Amino acid sequence: MDSKDQDKDSLYLKLIPYFEKYGILLLLVIMIVVMHFLQPDVFLSWRNVTNVFKQISWQSMLALGVFMVIVTAGIDLSVGSIMMLSLMILAIVAKAGAPWYIVVITPLIAGFLCGLFNGLGITLLRMPHPFIMTLGTLYIFRGTGNLISGGTPISGFTDEVRYLGHGRIDLTWLGLEKSQYLPVSLVLIAIVYIIFWIFMNKTRTGKWIYAIGGNPNAARASGINVNKILVIVYSLCGFLSGIGALILAGRTDSGYPNAGLQSELDAIAACIIGGASFFGGRGTVLGVFAGVMIMGILRNGLNLMDVSSFWQQVLIGSIIVLAVYVDVLRRDFGTRK
Amino acid sequence: MSSANQLLLEAKNVTKYFGTITALENVNLKIHAGECLGVVGDNGAGKTTLMKVLSGLYKPSAGSLHFEGKEKVLESPRDSQNLGLEMVYQDLALAGNLPIGENIFLGREPTTNLGLLKFLDYKKIKELTEAHLGKLKINVKSADQKVEELSGGQRQAVAIARSTAFNAKVVIMDEPTAALAIKEVGKVLDLINSLKKTGVGVIVISHRMDDIFAVCDRVMALFQGTNFAESELSNTSRDEVIGWIMGKK
Repeated sequence: MDSKDQDKDSLYLKLIPYFEKYGILLLLVIMIVVMHFLQPDVFLSWRNVTNVFKQISWQSMLALGVFMVIVTAGIDLSVGSIMMLSLMILAIVAKAGAPWYIVVITPLIAGFLCGLFNGLGITLLRMPHPFIMTLGTLYIFRGTGNLISGGTPISGFTDEVRYLGHGRIDLTWLGLEKSQYLPVSLVLIAIVYIIFWIFMNKTRTGKWIYAIGGNPNAARASGINVNKILVIVYSLCGFLSGIGALILAGRTDSGYPNAGLQSELDAIAACIIGGASFFGGRGTVLGVFAGVMIMGILRNGLNLMDVSSFWQQVLIGSIIVLAVYVDVLRRDFGTRK
Repeated sequence: MSSANQLLLEAKNVTKYFGTITALENVNLKIHAGECLGVVGDNGAGKTTLMKVLSGLYKPSAGSLHFEGKEKVLESPRDSQNLGLEMVYQDLALAGNLPIGENIFLGREPTTNLGLLKFLDYKKIKELTEAHLGKLKINVKSADQKVEELSGGQRQAVAIARSTAFNAKVVIMDEPTAALAIKEVGKVLDLINSLKKTGVGVIVISHRMDDIFAVCDRVMALFQGTNFAESELSNTSRDEVIGWIMGKK
């Protein structure tokens, strides 16, 4: 190999990781540009952009939780049910007249405990695959949510409880108009995603989560307590679903039996579109965010253009397949023959 | 560096039962500093069981392990690692999705602690990795390269680097060249020779006579869970060792 070849080679090698990391953002930017040209007056308006963020707010929490689980080569089908159960518990506690700071913390604890239940079930009961445990709890948690609430909606929360999902940060002091506010949920998404980006990329536990997904035997041989890490991951996933419940409570001002129905599939779709691999060990927090945004923008854009929700389903499904196919091509391209 | 020929590890009369099956019976093994011992034997002769006893994965049913002259009871692989006994597994035990450096330090990463959270010290991992790979003369493009992008020989080199990153005194390698292309075998054997020079005791389990005769100083054969034969390499021949594997003296 001559030196020119080597230069080309090293540049090529250097570019691959960037493409792997940021390729999905490129897709997101393209979508935004296309939508802007299709709906130039509305799509990038303050009102619509904040709307997109409000719409994706609770889904983004579920997707982030499911993402960590997928990195371990696992799956969590119960996040929608965890969110519903946490929401119902929140509603019941709120109706019982508990002070707001108790009400706000209940879904977080409930979600965490549900996740812990999943994690302990998978490790202690030695389930052959997390699919089975979380498929079971998908029914168990939603059933429990209906049992404790009688299957009827419970509405009416105080402003403090609704703050994260419904709150507005006034920006008139910046010279903006009253309608140009910042949704609290947007700020919350940013904070939570930054915290989990740091957790996954900078901490030892985060590194071990990736190692378990890459090769669980290597992790075990390295002295990592794989089961303990798995329990932590499923618990965090439940906790994030609990945050989702708190946001949803704010947005809808109600606990209702159909909350989060099928949202586990949306969460999985966002992870896959964002480049997480079902075989584990691969994917980034930034990618999941892009995946959530792509799904949010697609729904929003199609709504703006009055496309029926049936077509939305078809399109989202197609994007999943397409995104993974692009990923397959990219991996072919990235593999050195 | 430990003085030459110092006795590092000794297994005395190690016996291991699995239910009614006797996998090992009164097996003895010694490894000195800077020495390479080849362990040969047919499938089922007890090689892997012996290695798993030495690495702390199995507890012997009878017999004892002595490290630098003191008797030690190994409860887990972590115990043997703490003594400086490292294992290179046949399936390599590397995480392909992680870079070389993070594989080498996996489970023992240098961290900066902030309360409960342990933050990885990436700079230190990179520095230590580059220094360690340099010491072993392992050539890779970058310590940041993912292991899945490496060739079989480079992966084996990383697995060996991983086993020696924490001042290992004895390294046990299970079929270190089994999965390699022919041109890569030489590099791994060179690596074993350079480990010996730094005073590490190396135990190589292998079916390949070429490997045994290229790097080992001594060879011992297991047959049906017992010590069958043992010799300095200079006093034996390939044909004789092959005979031992089949149970013929």
